[in-house]
Amino acid sequence: MNLQAEIGNESPAKLSLRGVSKRFQTGSTQVHALDDVSLDVGEGEFVCLVGPSGCGKSTLLSIIAGLEQADQGTLLTDGQPIREPGRDRMVMFQEAALFPWLDVLDNVLFGLKLKPWLKAAERIEVARFYLKLVGLEKFSHSYVHELSGGMKQRTALARALAPNPKVLLMDEPFAALDALTREQLYGDLQRIWAQRRKTIVFVTHNVREAVCLGDRVVLFSPNPGRIREHFKIDLPRPRDINSPSLAEHAQQIMAALKGHEQVNAEEVAE
Amino acid sequence: MRRLLSALLFFAALLLLWEGLCRARLWSPVLVPSPVSVGRYLWSAAADGSLLGAALVTLRRLFLGYLFGIALGLPLGLLTARFKLLNDTLGLVSLGLQTLPSVCWVPLALLWFGQTESAMFFVVVMGTLWSMIIATESGVRNVPPIYARAARTMGSKGLHTWLKVMLPASLPFVVSGMKQGWAFAWRSLMAAEIYVTILSGFGLGHLLHYGRELQAMEQVIGIMLVIIVIGLLADKVLFSPWERFLHRRWGTARS
Repeated sequence: MNLQAEIGNESPAKLSLRGVSKRFQTGSTQVHALDDVSLDVGEGEFVCLVGPSGCGKSTLLSIIAGLEQADQGTLLTDGQPIREPGRDRMVMFQEAALFPWLDVLDNVLFGLKLKPWLKAAERIEVARFYLKLVGLEKFSHSYVHELSGGMKQRTALARALAPNPKVLLMDEPFAALDALTREQLYGDLQRIWAQRRKTIVFVTHNVREAVCLGDRVVLFSPNPGRIREHFKIDLPRPRDINSPSLAEHAQQIMAALKGHEQVNAEEVAE
Repeated sequence: MRRLLSALLFFAALLLLWEGLCRARLWSPVLVPSPVSVGRYLWSAAADGSLLGAALVTLRRLFLGYLFGIALGLPLGLLTARFKLLNDTLGLVSLGLQTLPSVCWVPLALLWFGQTESAMFFVVVMGTLWSMIIATESGVRNVPPIYARAARTMGSKGLHTWLKVMLPASLPFVVSGMKQGWAFAWRSLMAAEIYVTILSGFGLGHLLHYGRELQAMEQVIGIMLVIIVIGLLADKVLFSPWERFLHRRWGTARS
């Protein structure tokens, strides 16, 4: 395998989820995290899952990642069943989850080292390529604690992209960042997505963020976690989170979100 | 440079004070020898080779037992963290035996092994092993679960995760366990050497013991100083690099 093939983009995968259910036992109460969730994500599509906390969107992401198992349902990437974590689906978490004993470059190299067919020099070149992509080429020998929150997430993004996955799974990756940093990362993520053409499933509770990034926003409702509605977002890219048309879309989704919450409250009241 | 200078000044003042008090003849020179006589003893012991010989005997015992204790304790600690059964059994045993002052192993070691090197080795291993197991185990227990999750998504599993993620992630605990193990081993070895004569080699503890027998206070104090210096050196040479590494990587340095 040569370097060009390694950096050359993998074609994005399509995801197909059918009837996914998941229950948790926390203490004495049973939580119905996901109830009969079906979702299709097209090749190279950017889908955002939004909903109030406890609606199972993060659980669904973990199941797609293979980190957790569904009680029921089938999950396929490009027709292949998902049973365990795989390098075709890389994950970015809310915390960067970078390894403090490694510097930035070695963090990005971690996943690449698990590809034994790559030579050491090739790995480093691949890692540098992705560090450049996220704008951190000057920080390859910094330690994790020396990075700002935004730089940590950029490193995590580079680390997730480096094994050349077909699907990128992002679990509220920007939630802990300040607004300014976040806006910068919206721009970068859109640029990188346009360049690398990954299928992205992005979990957030921030509706504006979802509208800014997603081709489609999927609205979840809690107890039990279900998909309520899909919203197609046709705004031109790159999108600015502060644009009025984007705000309009967000408002529409917010209204739907609140409507469902009311319905839920009534259901509970009954 | 300034810090070195102030440290030097401090110790010079301390020596001067000591010498001054001795010259004032406040106490009997048999009980409180002057720094000059201690220095003279150390010089002659160094010149005839007995000091270096004893120090080497002691350090060899210490390193052999200590390295063995670490080499055994680290994997056992990892296994204890990994398997519930081991945690409920070996983990509990380690916790119990760690509370036992390691010098308490000396009588048992003497009965089992006689006055031999094996007895010394055993005592040092017992001093190191349990701290190491417990530190490694709690180190692993304190690794944020997200590290293992992240590693799994990148294709790491099984032994790879343990060696490349869990072990380095628990390094802060492991290093403090190594330090504690060293302290326990060092203390119990000294006690054992003072306590029993081992014909295969006279260590620093024996020199200390003979100093008492001969009522040679300058020897007692001289050897104590040597033991202190070895302890300081061990801290600086063995553990400071690790601690600097941890501070730099984890960002826990204060200054």
